Amino acid sequence: MARAVTPQRKAINTTLAWAVGLLIFFPILWTILTSFKTEAQAINDPPLFLFFDWTLENYSVVQERSDYMRFLWNSVIIAVGSTILGVLIAVPAAWSMAFVPSRRTKDILLWMLSTKMLPAVGVLYPIYLLFIKLGLLDSRVGLVVVLMLINLPIIVWMLYTYFKEIPGEILEAARMDGAGLREEILYVLTPMAVPGIASTMLLNVILAWNEAFWTLNLTAAKAAPLTAFIASYSSPEGLFYAKLSAASTMAIAPILILGWFSQKQLVRGLTFGAVK
Amino acid sequence: MGRITLDKVSKSFGAVEVIPPLDLTIEDGEFVVFVGPSGCGKSTLLRLIAGLEDVSGGQIRVDGQDATTVPPAKRGLAMVFQSYALYPHMSVRKNIAFPLRMAGLDAAEQERRVTEAAKVLNLSDYLDRRPGQLSGGQRQRVAIGRAIVREPAAFLFDEPLSNLDAALRVGMRLEISELHERLKTTMIYVTHDQVEAMTMADKIVVLHAGRIEQVGSPLELYRTPKNLFVAGFIGSPKMNFLTGPEADRHGAHTIGIRPEHIKVSNDESCIWRGTVGVSEHLGSDTFFHIHMEGQDTPLTVRAGGDVELYHGDAICMTPDEAHIHRFDANGLRTD
Amino acid sequence: MATQHSRSAARLMMAPAVVLLMGWMLVPLTMTLWFSFRRYLPLRGGDLGWTGFDNYVRFVSSSSFWPSIQATLIIVGGVLAITVCFGVLLALLLDQPMWGQGIVRILVIAPFFVMPTVSALVWKNMFMDPVNGLFAHLFKFFGATPISWLSEASLASIIMIVSWQWLPFATLILLTAIQSLDSEQLEAAEMDGAPAIKRFWFIILPHMSRAITVVILIQTIFLLSIFAEIFVTTQGSFGTRTLTYLIFQRVLESQNVGLGSAGGVYAIILANIVALFLMRIVGKNLDA
Repeated sequence: MARAVTPQRKAINTTLAWAVGLLIFFPILWTILTSFKTEAQAINDPPLFLFFDWTLENYSVVQERSDYMRFLWNSVIIAVGSTILGVLIAVPAAWSMAFVPSRRTKDILLWMLSTKMLPAVGVLYPIYLLFIKLGLLDSRVGLVVVLMLINLPIIVWMLYTYFKEIPGEILEAARMDGAGLREEILYVLTPMAVPGIASTMLLNVILAWNEAFWTLNLTAAKAAPLTAFIASYSSPEGLFYAKLSAASTMAIAPILILGWFSQKQLVRGLTFGAVK
Repeated sequence: MGRITLDKVSKSFGAVEVIPPLDLTIEDGEFVVFVGPSGCGKSTLLRLIAGLEDVSGGQIRVDGQDATTVPPAKRGLAMVFQSYALYPHMSVRKNIAFPLRMAGLDAAEQERRVTEAAKVLNLSDYLDRRPGQLSGGQRQRVAIGRAIVREPAAFLFDEPLSNLDAALRVGMRLEISELHERLKTTMIYVTHDQVEAMTMADKIVVLHAGRIEQVGSPLELYRTPKNLFVAGFIGSPKMNFLTGPEADRHGAHTIGIRPEHIKVSNDESCIWRGTVGVSEHLGSDTFFHIHMEGQDTPLTVRAGGDVELYHGDAICMTPDEAHIHRFDANGLRTD
Repeated sequence: MATQHSRSAARLMMAPAVVLLMGWMLVPLTMTLWFSFRRYLPLRGGDLGWTGFDNYVRFVSSSSFWPSIQATLIIVGGVLAITVCFGVLLALLLDQPMWGQGIVRILVIAPFFVMPTVSALVWKNMFMDPVNGLFAHLFKFFGATPISWLSEASLASIIMIVSWQWLPFATLILLTAIQSLDSEQLEAAEMDGAPAIKRFWFIILPHMSRAITVVILIQTIFLLSIFAEIFVTTQGSFGTRTLTYLIFQRVLESQNVGLGSAGGVYAIILANIVALFLMRIVGKNLDA
């Protein structure tokens, strides 16, 4: 609405919105602040907000524990790997559905989405068993495959909606110009869909990074990503808040930043286009 | 070479037959226009020739070779789309070079041909721009450039001017005609605008409900339309049709007379009388819509720009007997 | 726009995705169904043969079944109520003209991107800890006795943690819906003399109804299977054992696969009922 609003009204809105925004953001802010405190300051009574001795000690302690880097590396491989694999499988499928639709296209799309709704716990043991049989338990390959599969419907769906916006005539022009299917997808469709593919990948990296059912249940030590690493902090008491905060900050920072860039795709991807 | 033969070609979408079996030969170097109202199957026919759709029956031959199942990329035809279908992520240069790149030509040859095409089409200054930075007319030229660099056997145009404004359309019409004069390559051009068809074609194919109503040169169609549909479709403003006693007098079920073949006057020595309804004064011409007793639709009459008659005036008309078209009860021409 | 050639190419290119998902769905599902009819104790003798519907009956008649359904419903219902109500209010607020709207949006959306294990741990230790948590400090400041949140108000605590994670999602979707409302409609209503509250009730809310439905359905599907938040905080104790967690315990902790699988089948049926409604809405949108 391009309507003039009185400055007072705008000021009230602003104050209220900022207050609520900061309140919601506070747990994250508090975690970040705590990560710069010493352990003693972290549990100081009363709590210290800004006036404490800022230190990077916790970060270096967490860094030095060599296994932290391994967890981080696992997270990166699993999130990025499953996303790339998913996109490679989804691009041809989405091309088919968007440009050669048939009567069954809609049913296939809905069926794919419905596999996303399958409660993981319902198939936990079979997957667990298959993983043992195939030697995939606690392996990065296994997790890449599983996370790719659970996010594949979203990837297909998002790519489908992006491809739908590309006029079919352009692909036909490529065909007339002598391009085969491979050239058509490689030189025409993919470059045109780069923004869509990028945001699809962004959202899926986030979803895979944060996935915390399969990553917790299918890993032990070797392939465990950050979700499992952080979960291992659930028992100790006492002097560990600052380190927990440092580790948490490092685990969420990259995804938080990616996430802020992909708000729009979030709506599109997670509602399957049902809200525009 | 670009002789295209359609032999009993038909197309159905599911149970719906959009093009019943049809024969047509397009000679090498001919400029053929498919014209008809929207939904008449003209674009589908073009897409069948292009290979973008499968035929449901019959055979398509290009230069005598069966091309019915050849994929579009291999038919040696170039197409200009209604939306231009330029690749938005490539510069004009890359757009024009794309078919050459697909054909595997070396970079130097690509560059030579692109430069040449750009010169012909006045695009030399725009080669490094993206399609999004061009005007409608320039985009149209890029689309044509992309088609000509391939030196195809034939060009296919799918309503290429319908996205341009009226003034630009006339200019592009001339450019395409000139291009045809220079290249002497077969061109198949689809449009719903009979003016484009009349002005550009060597041969017009009038389509209606998937069927060919008539094939002929523009003047043939104008002078001797084979049936009521062609008579009504070709010519602007539309031909007037009369039934009843007037038609009986000429021994026909329906007679047709073009607006330009009726003379108007104020005197009493005339055959038809009526009252002026709407009159459109264009300066050079005036079109009168005249209500006649016994006729449901008003007659359209073309008169000189200086004839001053207004709404409600009584008018007197004399048709040019030599230009009366006679049709039987089935709508077919009787002579 | 299709030729025979492109149609067969399309089928071929769709095949990997379809086959993979088909396998992903059918293989484990069949195995779960199979196990659910068998007495299967991997650590105590392995597969001990058919038991018919025994597992199904035992799963339902076990003393933990109804409490787990109750806990699930309370958590799902509580989180839905909080996120939808506050989501609508927040969306309305964020839609107003203000300074720094972009930054506020970023602040509000942030919790959604925090991994569940991190948020559960941060809340558990740094906020809800009865000694060192911020809430404890806050209570003491006001002279109250700090409570041990995760044992004394366990369900409420979990609802709070999960709501914090999902509120951004609800807000973002509802905000998107509000912003798609044609402002002329509101102006017309204003011209007709409708006060703000009526404009909200008769125009904005109906406009958002579809978005609200979608939020409810999608969140329900995710909330039915929340796991990490409970795994990290209470491990299912203090009445927070949801259906998902109960099945997890049956399968992996007590290694009673047959019983757990029967529970899994119940969970699948439950999720499918919700998914059916969601698919209807999504499917309708596909035609539009």
